Amino acid sequence: MYSEKVMDHFTNPRNVGEIENASGVGTVGNAKCGDIMRIYFDIDENQVIRDVKFKTFGCGAAVATSSMATELVKGKTIYEALQVTNKAVMEALDGLPPVKVHCSLLAEEAIHAALWDYCEKNGITIEGLSKPKSDIGEEEVEEEY
Amino acid sequence: MENKRFIYLDHAATTPARPEVVDAMLPYFTEKFGNPSSVYTFSQQNKAVITDCRELIANSLGAKSNEIYFTAGGSESDNWALKATAEAYATKGKHIITTKIEHHAILHTAQYLENNGYEVTYLDVDENGIVKIEDLKNAIRPDTILISVMFANNEIGTIQPIKEIGAIAKEHGIIFHTDAVQAYGQVPIDVDAYNIDMLSASGHKLNGPKGIGFLYIRTGLKLRSFVHGGAQERSRRAGTENVTGIVGLAKAVEIAFDTMEQRTQKECKLRDYMIDRILAEVPYARLNGHRVDRLPNNVNISFQFIEGESMLIMLDMAGICASSGSACTSGSLDPSHVLLAIGLPHEIAHGSLRMTLGDENTMEEMDFVVDKIKEIVEKLRSMSPLYEDFVKRNANQ
Repeated sequence: MYSEKVMDHFTNPRNVGEIENASGVGTVGNAKCGDIMRIYFDIDENQVIRDVKFKTFGCGAAVATSSMATELVKGKTIYEALQVTNKAVMEALDGLPPVKVHCSLLAEEAIHAALWDYCEKNGITIEGLSKPKSDIGEEEVEEEY
Repeated sequence: MENKRFIYLDHAATTPARPEVVDAMLPYFTEKFGNPSSVYTFSQQNKAVITDCRELIANSLGAKSNEIYFTAGGSESDNWALKATAEAYATKGKHIITTKIEHHAILHTAQYLENNGYEVTYLDVDENGIVKIEDLKNAIRPDTILISVMFANNEIGTIQPIKEIGAIAKEHGIIFHTDAVQAYGQVPIDVDAYNIDMLSASGHKLNGPKGIGFLYIRTGLKLRSFVHGGAQERSRRAGTENVTGIVGLAKAVEIAFDTMEQRTQKECKLRDYMIDRILAEVPYARLNGHRVDRLPNNVNISFQFIEGESMLIMLDMAGICASSGSACTSGSLDPSHVLLAIGLPHEIAHGSLRMTLGDENTMEEMDFVVDKIKEIVEKLRSMSPLYEDFVKRNANQ
């Protein structure tokens, strides 16, 4: 059902954990749908993501996409991180089963939510980065099927 | 992970056919291949074999042999029971009563009937998954033609008060069907004592072959043909008999009933040991389903703060086969309808794990599985934002 890469990132997830006094934290998803992702950023004075951690409640694909998303944004500037899409996460994992595509969207949302939190704390405005929905609704997820 | 084993704990999904069952079936694929409807002795012998099988199965339920109709399995039997009753009794009424925790073979058939002019009442269940008798009584109307309540639930193992339900149905002159796919072969069933008018069962749930089951239909019910085209099954279900399947089913039934007492005693012991160990050793876990009125082989536990599919994958990597009511395992976004019906919040329903035991499981396996579960739950909780929030909330109090 899952690619080897997905299994690898599920069984040995990279960057699991929390960051105390993080520069930015984003939590997306809801327990009702069975997926919640939280991403923590430690961002330095040059707006580079020095460290990233995540915690995820969800299925194998949810854990793997979170893990891969953190790998893809680590060491990037906040502007580069904003360009990491769900498609990039999926491709890096050698694909996801169709019913799990929403997990990669959740990972993208989590990155954006953590970036938004950082920008808001620091009075930064980035074009294309909007306030995250606190709860991505079931209808919206369903469209991705 | 270390020492790769194979521990099968998904007997509610399907079971291995017993070697005796396979041995009994084999000759009917090759040398005894005759069509039971043919005139010559060679084929008539197969007709006689089917009669014997029917008799054996009827005896297991306290039924008459002409009340057993072979089908392709539980889903077909459920479809037949509901659709044929609805059709045959439409002039009396178009109201059917069932429950919210039925198998989809019942629920989706009921929805189909709703789309075709029937009304269906879906009864709630209590926190253990048991139908509330008062609700059932209150749901009965003059136009109610059928009550269909499963004997035991496939997910949480809860056994329904079938005798009471049967008595109420009889008192009101309403046909009573029970989906006994999980219960048949696990608990004694007597169709007369329980006033059961129709009963669905399946071969592969009791160490028989897949693709064979039966519907018990009480004499006197005016159900019409389900499959047209021949005189088989008293013209109600046409098609050349699945002789190999019928022979295998009968052998499986024979062994299941001969061994029921000692087998279920052993399963109960393993079940209770596993439940007790998990609840004692894993915090924030709850048993789903009734503690006592429960199938001997069913363990269903929700682990808070984690999700079922990730548990299943990790168990699979340890060689353990189990199932879950999480949305991710159902292909939809909602967790199991059964777990929601017993009142579990979504996030706890997502974290459910079902393990259903069988003949071949051992106490040593139970220990291995519980030890693995402890590791897995701990690992997944360490990754869970819900658990993190919970720990922080507690620390602040």
